[in-house]
Order: sequence, then C-alpha cells, then structure tokens
Amino acid sequence: MATNVQDIITKYNKDKTRLMDVLIDVQSEHGYIPKDITKEIARELDISHVDVEQTMSFYHFFSETPTGKYAIFLNDSAVANMMGRQKVKETFERETGIKFGNVTPDGAIGLFDTSCIGMNDQEPAALINGRVFTNLTPFRVKEILRDIKDGKAVEEMYSAAFGDGENRNELIKSVVQNNIRKKGPILSEDYTPGIVIWKKLPEMTPEQVIDEVKKSNIRGRGGAGFPTGLKWEFCRKAAGEKKYIFCNADEGEPGTFKDRVILTERPKLLFEGMVIAGYAVGATEGIVYVRHEYTYLKNYLENLLQGARDRNLLGKNIGGIEGFDFDIRLQFGAGAYVCGEESALIESSEGKRGEPRDRPPFPVEKGYLGMPTVVNNVETLCSVVKVLLNGGEWYAKFGTKDSSGTKLMSISGDCKYPGVYEVEWGFSVKDILEMAGADEDRVQAVQVGGPSGSLIGPDEFSRTLCFADLATGGSLIIIDNSRDLLTDIVLNFTEFFVEESCGSCSTCRNIPNMMKLKLEKILDARGIAQDITDLEEWGKVLKVSRCGLGQTAGNPILTSIKNFRHLYEEKIQKDKDYDTEFDMAAAVKASCEAAGRIPNLN
Amino acid sequence: MSKPIVATTSLAGCFGCHMSILDIDEKILDLIELVEFNKSPIDDIKTFTKKCDIGLIEGGCCNSENIHVLKDFRKNCKILVSVGECAIMGGLPALRNGIPIKECLDEAYINGPSVQHNPKGIIPNDDELPMLLDRVYPCHEIVKIDYYLPGCPPRAELIWNALVALVTGDELKLPYEVVKFD
Amino acid sequence: MSTLVKFKIDGVECMAERGTYIVEAARENGIYIPTLCNIRGVKPRGSCRICTVLVNSRPMSACTTPVTDGMEIINDTPEINDTRKSIIEVLFVEGNHFCPSCEKSGNCELQALAYRFQMMVPRFPYIFPNKTVDASNPKIIKDHNRCILCKRCIRAIKTDDGKNVFAFKKRGMKLEIIIDPELGDNFTDELAQKAVEICPVGAILPREKGYQIPIGKRKYDQVVIGSDIEKK
Ligand SMILES: Cc1cc2nc3c(=O)[nH]c(=O)nc-3n(C[C@H](O)[C@H](O)[C@H](O)COP(=O)(O)O)c2cc1C
Ligand code: SF4
Ligand code: SF4
Ligand code: SF4
Ligand code: FES
Repeated sequence: MATNVQDIITKYNKDKTRLMDVLIDVQSEHGYIPKDITKEIARELDISHVDVEQTMSFYHFFSETPTGKYAIFLNDSAVANMMGRQKVKETFERETGIKFGNVTPDGAIGLFDTSCIGMNDQEPAALINGRVFTNLTPFRVKEILRDIKDGKAVEEMYSAAFGDGENRNELIKSVVQNNIRKKGPILSEDYTPGIVIWKKLPEMTPEQVIDEVKKSNIRGRGGAGFPTGLKWEFCRKAAGEKKYIFCNADEGEPGTFKDRVILTERPKLLFEGMVIAGYAVGATEGIVYVRHEYTYLKNYLENLLQGARDRNLLGKNIGGIEGFDFDIRLQFGAGAYVCGEESALIESSEGKRGEPRDRPPFPVEKGYLGMPTVVNNVETLCSVVKVLLNGGEWYAKFGTKDSSGTKLMSISGDCKYPGVYEVEWGFSVKDILEMAGADEDRVQAVQVGGPSGSLIGPDEFSRTLCFADLATGGSLIIIDNSRDLLTDIVLNFTEFFVEESCGSCSTCRNIPNMMKLKLEKILDARGIAQDITDLEEWGKVLKVSRCGLGQTAGNPILTSIKNFRHLYEEKIQKDKDYDTEFDMAAAVKASCEAAGRIPNLN
Repeated sequence: MSKPIVATTSLAGCFGCHMSILDIDEKILDLIELVEFNKSPIDDIKTFTKKCDIGLIEGGCCNSENIHVLKDFRKNCKILVSVGECAIMGGLPALRNGIPIKECLDEAYINGPSVQHNPKGIIPNDDELPMLLDRVYPCHEIVKIDYYLPGCPPRAELIWNALVALVTGDELKLPYEVVKFD
Repeated sequence: MSTLVKFKIDGVECMAERGTYIVEAARENGIYIPTLCNIRGVKPRGSCRICTVLVNSRPMSACTTPVTDGMEIINDTPEINDTRKSIIEVLFVEGNHFCPSCEKSGNCELQALAYRFQMMVPRFPYIFPNKTVDASNPKIIKDHNRCILCKRCIRAIKTDDGKNVFAFKKRGMKLEIIIDPELGDNFTDELAQKAVEICPVGAILPREKGYQIPIGKRKYDQVVIGSDIEKK
C-alpha cells in the first residue's frame, strides 16, 4: 500500500535539509513526483515551491511525469557501447515499440538512457526499478520483456544465479559480480571488524590518530590526492559546534566501480574508518553519500549499521571511550555525477541541487550545515583502518616514495579479466594490461582516470601509476584497435560532460557543447586545421570553471589531440582553410517541402 | 596609383547600413576621391565588371539568392567585411531562427492576421523565387569574412574609419563611442 | 588592532581589510577587475567566471576569493583578458541577443563588457536556441532569450520572510530561471523594481515600459564599464 506523503515528510521531521530523502521516497513510491505532491512538500517544509522544483529537476532519477511501471535505465557509457549496448538498445526499442526517452502508451515500460552506473566490468547493464541487470544481450532483453509482460516483480526476473560473495546476501540478492582479481590490505579477508575501535582507539588521543595517519603518507583516493592526515588536522582545528565525516561513495566517474565492491564486501571496514575519522576530528555524525545506482545495497548497509550500533561500534561511548559518540547514516543521491565533487555532495545532502560551492571556504572549515566537515573517499577511509592497525610506517612501505599504500584499480574495456585489482602504487600501465589479460599488440589506447583523466597511447604505457606520474582515482579503460577512438571514446566522454555539468559556470555550461559540435564537424570530414587549434584554445577556457568537472571537461578532446593528433589530422580537409559546413540542400529542404516545390540546387 | 575598388550589397538587410555608409556629410566627396565603386546599389552596377578590393556586405543570408550573391562576392573581392548586426549575427530577420520554417510560412501566407485572400492556401512556389533557408545565417557561417563592423546600423564614422584603414593600411581607430551593437 | 593585509595586483602594492573579496579590494585600490554575476552587498556566487584572476598562479574567481596577506594576483594580461572575452562571447551565442531591439541596450552589463573587450563577432557558432518569453507575471516579464543565468535574481530577491522567489530549473545547457508563481504574483512594486534593476541584462523587464532613455544618453553609450573605478 502506498505510503502517504505526509508519512514520508513526518519521517524526516519536516526538515527541509532532508528534501532529497523526501523526494527519493516519493519517486520510488509513485514512479514520479506529481505537481500536487511537490506543492504539498513545499508547504510542509515551509519553503517556496520553486525550491522543490529546483532540487527535483536537477537529478536524473527524479521525474515530473510517470516513468512507467517498469522504468528501465540503460547505461550509455563508452564501455557499455563497446560491449554491445547498441544491439541491446535496438532490441528494447523494437520489442516495446517506443524510442528511448519515452514510456509505452499503457504506462507499463519506460526506456531511458543513463550515465555510467558503475558496472563497466559487466556491461551492457541497466537499472530496472532500481535493480541491476548486467551482461545484457538481445536474447536476455527479450526474456526480461516477457517477464514484464507476465507481470513479474523485478526481483523475480533474474535468470542467472546471484553474483559472488555478499551479492548473494539475503538483503542484496543481485546478479552483480565482484570480479575481485587481486587483493591487498583493503580487500584482504584478514580483518576483524571493530578491532581498531576496541583495541587501538581507547589508547590513543585524537592527535595521535592524526599523527599516525600523517606518518602513513596516505593521500585521498577520490582523485584529488589531498593528504588525509592534514585534512583531518584542519578539520580538528576548525571551530564549530558540531563536526561531520562524509564518506564519498558517489563513484560517478565512468569506468570506476571499486567503491561498489568495497560497499559490497568490506562495508564494516569502511564504517570503522569513519568512526576513526570521527574520533580524530571530534565529529559526532557520519554520512555515507551513496550514488543512486547503488540503492540495491541499501537494506544490506542499513542492517550492518544497526548491527554496529548493537555492538557499540556506533552510538554512545563507542568502544568504551567515555564521551565518544558517533553515528552514521546513509544519504542517497539521485543521479548526478557532479555530486561526487565534495561541496556539491554536501549541498545535495542538505536537500539542494548539487551545485558545487565556491572555495574557499573549504568543507573542513565550513561544510555540511556550515560546520567543519571531512569528505573522504570510500577507499581512503578503509585504508586508514589498516594504517591504525599496523602503524603508519608499516603502511608507508607499500607503494612508491610519494604515493604510499595500495590502490584499487577498476579495469574494464578490451581485456580478458575486467574487475578490481588492488595493487601497490608504482605499477606501470603495461603491468596492468598484462594482469588484465589484454592483448598488448592490439591495445591502441588506455583511458586513465576516466573521462576527466587522460587518453594515452602505447608509447606511454611504461608510465607508472602514482601521484608523481599518472595520478588516478583508479580507473583504466582498455581500448583495442577495433575501436574508433574519436567516436567511441572521445565523443562519448564529451557528451557525458555536456550532460553532467551543473550549468552554473558560463564556461562549463557551454564550452563542452561547443567543443562537441566542433568534434562532430571533424568526424563529419568537414573539419579544417583551424578547428583543431580552436579546440585546443577553447579547452583552455574551461580551466577557469569553478569545480573539477568543468576544469577537466575538455580533457577527452585535449588529451586525445595531444596523444593522437594524427587521428584528427587524418580527418580534416587539407586543401581548405575555411569550411562552414553550410549545406544548401539541407537548408532549403523544409521550405521547399512546405511550398511544394523541387529544390533547384544549381 | 589606381583607386581601390569597392563593391557593396544588401542581403537580408534593410538598407540601413547602406544609408550609414552614405551618412558621412561632406566626407562623401572624400569617399569618391578615395575609392571607386563597382557592383553596388549605390551606383546601380548589377554584376561584377572587374575584381574588387573590398566587399561590404549588409544583411545575413535568409534565402538561396543571398547565398549565391555572398559566394559571388567572396570570389570577386579580396577582402570581405560584414557590415552591421544582420551580417554579423542575422539581426532581426534571425528572430525567426528556432521556429520551424513551415510555421513561419503558414503564418505569413495562410493563417496570419495580414492574410487577406488565399483560399487555396498557396505558399509562393514559383521556380524564379529564391528558396528560403531553414534559418537566417550570419555571413561568416557561409563564407570566410575578414572584418566585422558591428552596429544597427554601424556608426558612419566606424565605416569611414574602417574604409580609410583598409585603403591606407593604417591601424583602424575604434573610439569607444563608435562601436555599438544598436 | 590593524586588520589590513598587503597584497599585489599585477605587481602593484595594494592594501585592504582582511577578508575583503579580491574584486572589492581591487576596487578600493583603483583597479578594475571585470565582473558580471557579482553584485555589491550580496553574497557572491562565482558563476560567470569573468572575474577570473591568477592567485599564486592558479585561476580563481576574484569575486569569491578573499585577499590574504602577501597574495600575488595577476589580473590584466592578454591571456586572461582573452579568456574573459571568450566568456562574453559564449554568453552571446548561448542565448538570443538581438541588441538592436532590446530594451536594455545601452544599459546592459553584458553588452558593456563586450564593448570594453571590443567584441566584433563571437568566436563560437550561434546556437539560436528556442527559448521563450514568460509574461505570466503581473509586474515583470522574464525573457529567457537574454538570461545569462548569473543567479543574481535568485540571490538578491527574497520575500519578507526570506523565501526564494526565483530558482534554477534543470541543469547544464537546459538550465533556466523559474519564478515561483504564487510568490511572484504577490510581488510588491519595490521587489519587482528591484528584480528589474538587479538583472544585468534585459532578461527581467518591467511591464509596459522601455526605451525611455534616448540613444547617446544611456549608461554605457559614452562611458566604458569599469572606468569609474579606474579613475580613482
Ligand atoms: C566532478 C567531480 C566528481 C567527483 N567524484 C568523486 C567520487 O565519485 N568519489 C570520490 O571519492 N571523489 C570524487 N571527487 C573528488 C572529491 O571532490 C573529493 O576530492 C574527494 O571525495 C575527497 O576524498 P579523498 O581525499 O579521500 O580523496 C570528485 C570530484 C569532482 C570534481
Ligand atoms: S565547473 Fe561545471 S559542474 Fe562545476 S560548478 Fe561550474 S558549471 Fe557546475
Ligand atoms: S540583454 Fe544586453 S546583450 Fe542581450 S540583447 Fe539586450 S542589450 Fe544585447
Ligand atoms: S534573469 Fe537576469 S538576474 Fe536572473 S539569472 Fe537571468 S540574467 Fe541573471
Ligand atoms: S563576477 Fe566573479 S564569477 Fe562572475
């Protein structure tokens, strides 16, 4: 039975900062968020109606109109396309009789595109009413649609056995595979949950914890690589009545899926890391911001949090430490890559559109609800547990001089063994290709660090993965020579940025699209040499954008021009120094049709 | 030394820019001294009789004839100048951009309030008529344009300064008051 | 206790109160840093990026970054100015700016910046997006064709009890400004007037008024934007 909107609003104490949760509940209850409900929400939360509309219209998974009894969101990432998405898409469209972006007339099925859902190692994949379906084929699509016709519940539609490990857990029951290929300190089974909280924290002051983290030299695993110990110290020293620890589990960078595996297999490690961070900075509340696409883990994670409370690993006087109170809640997103940016993540958690803030002030000074806040990646927080358990010096021995420890790499694309590899920093791209079973003679490029990273060619495969050389949040997409690099990869990634910009900066809102149009002109064989120069120049303007999204939105094009210039040069017209792409036949077509005359094109 | 030869045309424009070319009071005598006009509405020469040095384009391109004329200018002039907002960005005719051409034609010839008598609902379709383009194009989206003189119309002084600079090769002076978009 | 800090803009020694935003601090020292989305007295939001300067070699928005002791700011270089110019140009092509018929022409800050930076033609292709004019409000007209999404109206216009009247809808290139129908309908004359004034371009217009100042007498007809600051 549908829950009443009032119940939902009351559940969140009529707190306007919980608007995201209210909208998420309404959306999942009704399949959309009708206007009379947004009005009711505005009234009850005592905010203007446009505020509700502002938040709601920002996120991909909120809809003003019904999305169908079965809402199918098919991943549109580059790797999904490499793995056969097009055929899957065509089958969906043919069998349902509708195009993507629409709902069948009977309201049964909605088909939608969506940005990378964190399943690059098992593409093509889709979300159907929040459940993940992987390794889709045209045949599988027909099965799914038959089940839909039979009125089956989504949970009953899995035909394959559930995935490995905890994916089979009663509370998850998903077909997702972990694909763990190589383990290190984080993924190792050798871990007793709560051990640091019971055995170490009671004997350490917060300052000592921070010192130990500093000694380990660990730097953030979310991409920016800020030293974790220092971040905690800033937050500890910042003035504020309350402090917060955020775990960034938004994992939106296409090609990255290692946090998904940690959330599935090592969530207790993560929660313990957050407790440690809370102790170190003097925080009382932790929030895990989980991307919408991982909602299938919700009940499982909630249950573990309850278990931790029961065992006094969360709650009051944790681990017997008098006065150390800390609890964790989950905050789900609703489909916006930019919410992985730490200040957008905070805005979103406050119930607003995920628009990054101007920095300074940084979250460690003024974060969630204006209070000092640490935002750390899932993997960073997990690593810290091992740092405290075995000592900072022990940890610093892993990896290279400037990059200590291990890194979880998400490997996907053209290789035999896509999946998650926990390796020490300092491996070369070549090493990884070997591990992943890629046919090196056929690999033409590797995308390091997702769309915001760089596209490199074979002459750079001996470069090493570390902060001093190839810094990365941990994704490698392997692309062999059967692919059209500019169309399959560069154009797809550029479109991703066009789609995901929050739109606030005039640069990031517009220039990726301008670059996309230019790239299409070149791909259309209408380009000239000047177009390549323009792309390089326009890309520079993006660097003045407010946040990392805009600053890196030009990277697919810029790094491919740098490393694969010949691909551009092959496509441009060498005999022309001007081509406007104007096409008379196309331009007069509609007017001649309207007037009923035959175009005279001489 | 022979005088530089200038050609001018008005595409999808209102002749306002041409008026501005002539709006230079007594300097008009200097103008005649300075340059020779070829194809232009000013002297009513209809086709190019020789290659020109400077082509001044008023108006953007709204139909196939505009395109032909503009391309002809590009072929026959060493330097092309977009004169005025319409040439630079389509100007007021471009207000129709974004509206499907069918809707525009229906409004003009069939449903619009100014349509007096068109019982058969005919949209003019004689082969002699230029074909309308799907939108109004700025000139530089058709051919390479070398210089731009904004304004609606560009201030007479701006056009004069530009012509003098082009002819003499001196640096173009752009006092703040003369470069305006309206 | 003195809270003055010393910093440099393009090598020139400057002084200002600690915590002052770079744009304001520069103004106090007679240096103009171009701005568009910024409004004095309202909390800044670095949206337009035109005020970008280099702070210790990193691009930062000068309207949102406070000065600190010893800061080295680079403002007036050909590269930075060209970046600013390209931002102005992109704002022209993303909307439909028909200056010759615009009520705001001559008093428009976007246009004035284009004059200052001598924009002759944008380097980007015109998009000619299909945008609408919203005339549903009894006091103002919202012309989406000219809106540069600077967020000024959102930030500056609130009801007496602090509620937002304007807001963003959607994101990316689909971003637009919406007006709360209920709150907007109850606009006081003062608030409507304030909204018109706060908008840097002709995207919020009063009803039944326009073209009141003759050409030649308008704010930026003779006077370069920012020159008042530079004169000091
Ligand atoms: C557009 C954008 C998306 C981001 N997405 C993520 C993300 O999904 N996960 C993450 O941990 N960090 C992400 N980051 C980096 C965060 O802003 C932040 O630096 C990080 O969470 C800090 O954690 P760390 O110090 O542990 O790395 C993103 C940054 C940007 C600009
Ligand atoms: S850079 Fe892009 S995503 Fe980031 S704040 Fe600006 S518009 Fe938003
Ligand atoms: S808002 Fe400004 S730039 Fe836009 S049309 Fe009006 S005057 Fe021109
Ligand atoms: S309406 Fe005006 S003030 Fe509001 S965002 Fe648009 S341009 Fe800025
Ligand atoms: S004025 Fe600073 S970003 Fe707009």
